[in-house]
Amino acid sequence: MSILDGKKVIVIGDRDGIPGPAIALCAESAGAEVIFSATECFV
Amino acid sequence: MKGAGYILVHTPDMITHYGTTQTSERIVNPESEYLKNIEANLRPYERVRAYYPNQTYIGNITPLELKEIEGPWQDLECPVDERYGKYGEIMPQDEFYLLIQAVDEFELVFLEKSFVEATKPKLEQDPIITPYVLGRIKEGVESERIDDMVASEDAEGLYMGDKLVGAVKKAHAFDPNLSAHVMVENLVSKASSALALMYAVKNAGIDRDEVEYTIECSEEACGDMNQRGGGNFAKGIAEIAELSRSTGSDVRGFCAAPAHAVLVAAGLVKAGIFKTVAVVAGGSTAKLGMNGKDHVKKGLPILEDVLGGFAVIISENDGVNPELNTDVVGWHSVGTGSAPQNVIASLTTDALDKVGLKVTDVDYYSPEMQNPDITKPAGAGDVPTANLKMIGALAVRRGDIDRKELNAFVEKHGLPGYAPTQGHIPSGVPFMGHARDGILSGEMNRVMIVGKGSLFLGRMTNLFDGVSFLMEPNSGPKEEAAGVSTDEIRRIIAQSLRDFASGLVEAGE
Repeated sequence: MSILDGKKVIVIGDRDGIPGPAIALCAESAGAEVIFSATECFV
Repeated sequence: MKGAGYILVHTPDMITHYGTTQTSERIVNPESEYLKNIEANLRPYERVRAYYPNQTYIGNITPLELKEIEGPWQDLECPVDERYGKYGEIMPQDEFYLLIQAVDEFELVFLEKSFVEATKPKLEQDPIITPYVLGRIKEGVESERIDDMVASEDAEGLYMGDKLVGAVKKAHAFDPNLSAHVMVENLVSKASSALALMYAVKNAGIDRDEVEYTIECSEEACGDMNQRGGGNFAKGIAEIAELSRSTGSDVRGFCAAPAHAVLVAAGLVKAGIFKTVAVVAGGSTAKLGMNGKDHVKKGLPILEDVLGGFAVIISENDGVNPELNTDVVGWHSVGTGSAPQNVIASLTTDALDKVGLKVTDVDYYSPEMQNPDITKPAGAGDVPTANLKMIGALAVRRGDIDRKELNAFVEKHGLPGYAPTQGHIPSGVPFMGHARDGILSGEMNRVMIVGKGSLFLGRMTNLFDGVSFLMEPNSGPKEEAAGVSTDEIRRIIAQSLRDFASGLVEAGE
């Protein structure tokens, strides 16, 4: 069983860190359901 | 690359009225402590001048010198606090308001009479400001007229502290694309662009008439309700800079646009379409005070208090100036994806692989030059260093360096961030001026400029973006291509005509 099985996840990525889609892929591979994913820009 | 212009404009009173963090706060939390304390957290012009990153941006300190000064820099006093630098200047707000009027073609900008009288003599002392620009500044109107425009004509105010000294009117009765707020943003961008462009032309040592094409690459959109973002900022800016032989167009791509624009310029020149191309961008009022809430929360002044502008001149090879090596261009493609290692590889190692260079063959990388004084308190970290660590990690994976050498790689090949967080302004290009000097002096050999852009903010795609290019020393004067030159053709025709004429004379005799 994956560590995020049955969990709903909201992903906020950072353009100069880890972007949203990359985090979302990781979360999904750990069993999560990604209900929102975005990448933000602070610069 | 023949030269560059870099300018900053200290605009403390535009933070409150035009920065989106502040305008949003006024809507959602009008009584907030942050709004009440903004004024107390603004830096005076003298402090902005005596700030290490700002003096680095305008060229009085090199990034390598800044590297030796341990940050954060906001509490330090830079020993150089000049208004003017090698590449440009730090213009104060009052003089900039006059420049905004000077670039206005549609009688939208009105300034108060006594303010103009007091400020114009100061602007006249600025050596880059031309008689043409000064001649466009009007005498000014009574303060009551300015008050009326802001109170009842949907105009936006221009303030010096609490004092209303000017107004910018809307350019259409109801078109939101021509509202007073949008006109302020666009005129500010145009004015700061023009200032940077005038410096770039002067610093490149070229005649204004040599510039044949101008590319503007900011993140603003000018146009009306039928063509939102239709452009063309570039030609309007070239007009103010009196580049009468230049045409131009705008390149857009969020923060990556300047790097894209330099590539387009290099392509146009290399193809022989235009001999000299200027690339220019001005500042963004929306981003003033963007991370101000975090700064104030941590007891810091609001550090995003300047507009930035830059311009570079790209021309045909003169046998002296650094070259933009178009064989070493990196780009983030549609298929690259968003994994950080793929993004950085597409922009750096994929480009270097084309000519068999190692990561360590590049002396300096200029990825995203945001000032860490601004980004670290806001939780975004030290952006240029984070990018360098990723490039270093790729170098380890490729075997270019050993894992133990990673920190030394970052230290040796990295640069400190010194550009204001004005979106497109920090994106790689701030180092081009310093890199040109370093390459000309022999201090540097290869420099990679990397621009990155957040396309997803436009809600048209979830994709990221970026392009990169390499700056190198001049490879020497080029041999004339084999074949017959234009001069040779002229000589042959002239000789033929002479022979023909002498033949006629002989026949007559």
